[in-house]
Amino acid sequence: MKRLYADIHKRIDEFDLDVLIESDAARIGILGESGSGKSMTLRSIAGIETVDSGHVEAGGRVLFDSASKTDLKPQKRNVGYMFQNYALFPTMSVLKNVMAGLGRATEENRIKASDMLKRFRMDGFEDKLPGELSGGQQQRVALARIMVTEPELILLDEPFSALDSYLRDRMQVEMLEMLDEYDGQVVMVSHSRDELYRFSEELFILSDGHIIRHGEIKDVFREPGNAMAARLTGCKNFSKIRQIDGHTVEAADWGVTLKLKRKVPDTVHCIGYRAHRFEPVWGGMQDNCVKCDVVRVDDLPFEKNYYIRTLREDEPLCWSVQGEEQRIIDYRGLPDYLKLAEDDILLLE
Amino acid sequence: MSGFVELAKTLDWSPLWISLKTGVVATIISFFLGLWAARKVIKKDYRAKSILDGILTLPMVLPPTVAGFFLLLIFSRRRTFGIFLNDTFSIQVVHTWLGCILAATVIAFPLMYRNARAAFEQIDANLVYAGRTLGMSEVAIFWRIVVPTAGPGIASGTILTFARAMGEYGATSMLAGNIPGKTGTVSQRIAMVIQDGDYVTAGFWVVIVLVIAFIMIFLINLITGKRMKNVRKW
Repeated sequence: MKRLYADIHKRIDEFDLDVLIESDAARIGILGESGSGKSMTLRSIAGIETVDSGHVEAGGRVLFDSASKTDLKPQKRNVGYMFQNYALFPTMSVLKNVMAGLGRATEENRIKASDMLKRFRMDGFEDKLPGELSGGQQQRVALARIMVTEPELILLDEPFSALDSYLRDRMQVEMLEMLDEYDGQVVMVSHSRDELYRFSEELFILSDGHIIRHGEIKDVFREPGNAMAARLTGCKNFSKIRQIDGHTVEAADWGVTLKLKRKVPDTVHCIGYRAHRFEPVWGGMQDNCVKCDVVRVDDLPFEKNYYIRTLREDEPLCWSVQGEEQRIIDYRGLPDYLKLAEDDILLLE
Repeated sequence: MSGFVELAKTLDWSPLWISLKTGVVATIISFFLGLWAARKVIKKDYRAKSILDGILTLPMVLPPTVAGFFLLLIFSRRRTFGIFLNDTFSIQVVHTWLGCILAATVIAFPLMYRNARAAFEQIDANLVYAGRTLGMSEVAIFWRIVVPTAGPGIASGTILTFARAMGEYGATSMLAGNIPGKTGTVSQRIAMVIQDGDYVTAGFWVVIVLVIAFIMIFLINLITGKRMKNVRKW
């Protein structure tokens, strides 16, 4: 019975939220910029936010249905929600926090809560107040507090954004471990493609209140389908195209003609190319190459970004170089051309 | 000094007890009423909020004698509601201790309400949402999460309410009068003895009031002090 169905329509002033999320994946990701409506979507599923119309179903139960005027209170939805700031109750001890969702303070519930804390390696912290814990510990308590109520669906709202970057990496791994034994569905929203790539089986990309692409995570990254989705999955280089024939397109912004083995559908009017995927070419020009005319170099700790002149003054191509490749460049000098590999050219609508 | 001791022995202490009793009862009523009103008001939209807020704050802004005037209009035994109360429930407000409580409550209530409202508005709404998604009832969320989290603000509101209720003069003198042993509060006693030119007795009462006031301020600082530690100087 693992199936989330959320058809949500909601209008606030000028913003229109209109999403359909349907998935039986165990780990679902929602990617979107801030203000895209991703938190609002989660809150609507949890029942914290009112919805104008739609239908929400999780764990085989109807939580909301505007047609039949079903609208379960958040208390009755059995949906766990982890807030960006964890929302631990500041005046309650860690143990009391975990017991909060269990109703009465019986001995049985006390044992249940402290067992859960033990599972999250938070035993020994029972009597501490949330303010005395580190960010990572707070997150574990928040998750323990949710898990102890045995929800049918868990929603994670930007769970790592409140953490320092060094902790973020560790907690991402830890979160996956902690959710390992949980057999319900988990939805995570984030603006970070890395977090979601690690976490999700299925990804929904949200932009301006609408789902612009969804599918299995690897598919979505390999074929984002449209420019906005490509941008959100981390693609940096885009060009408008003019189709010459079914297999030849002119990348108008880059001033290069590309020959492709696959047929380019008529609906494609833009191409994208990831910054890491250029192949340096020394010597003579080959097919699908742009001239490597570097206008600016951006030095990062573990990579260099070279910006390559195009026909558009304001939008140079970005070429990211790491490790071995950088050593070759240091030795041989900058290449004459950059080649675009056919498989890496994203055809976008 | 020995004069003071002598005075303390012969003094009619009833005003102190009347003031304390009035303060305690008015504070208890204001406490629950204030929390309730604050919770209702913050749920309203902007317009309704401004209107309700104005009405609930009015007694604090008005001169107490004006509030007393309105209370007299309502509760006078010569007017409809006063007659109704007297005939149906045998409740008399004017010139009774009930009048003291009523006057003190009306004047002090806005302090409780405003402090509670400000404290509630500071609360992270996510705490309430978290309570809901965890299945806690609204009542449990209010008493176990909201009120404790808003604790320092509510506590200082309660103390201010008590201080104001205990010291109430204007509305009380109009509604309850100054009947010794019955409605004669400390504030009214001070005014009375000064009119008689008895500055020694007045001074004695003033010292008592000052002591109580300092205790109040001390309590407020004690309760809100923990928070102040983290405040940066500027």
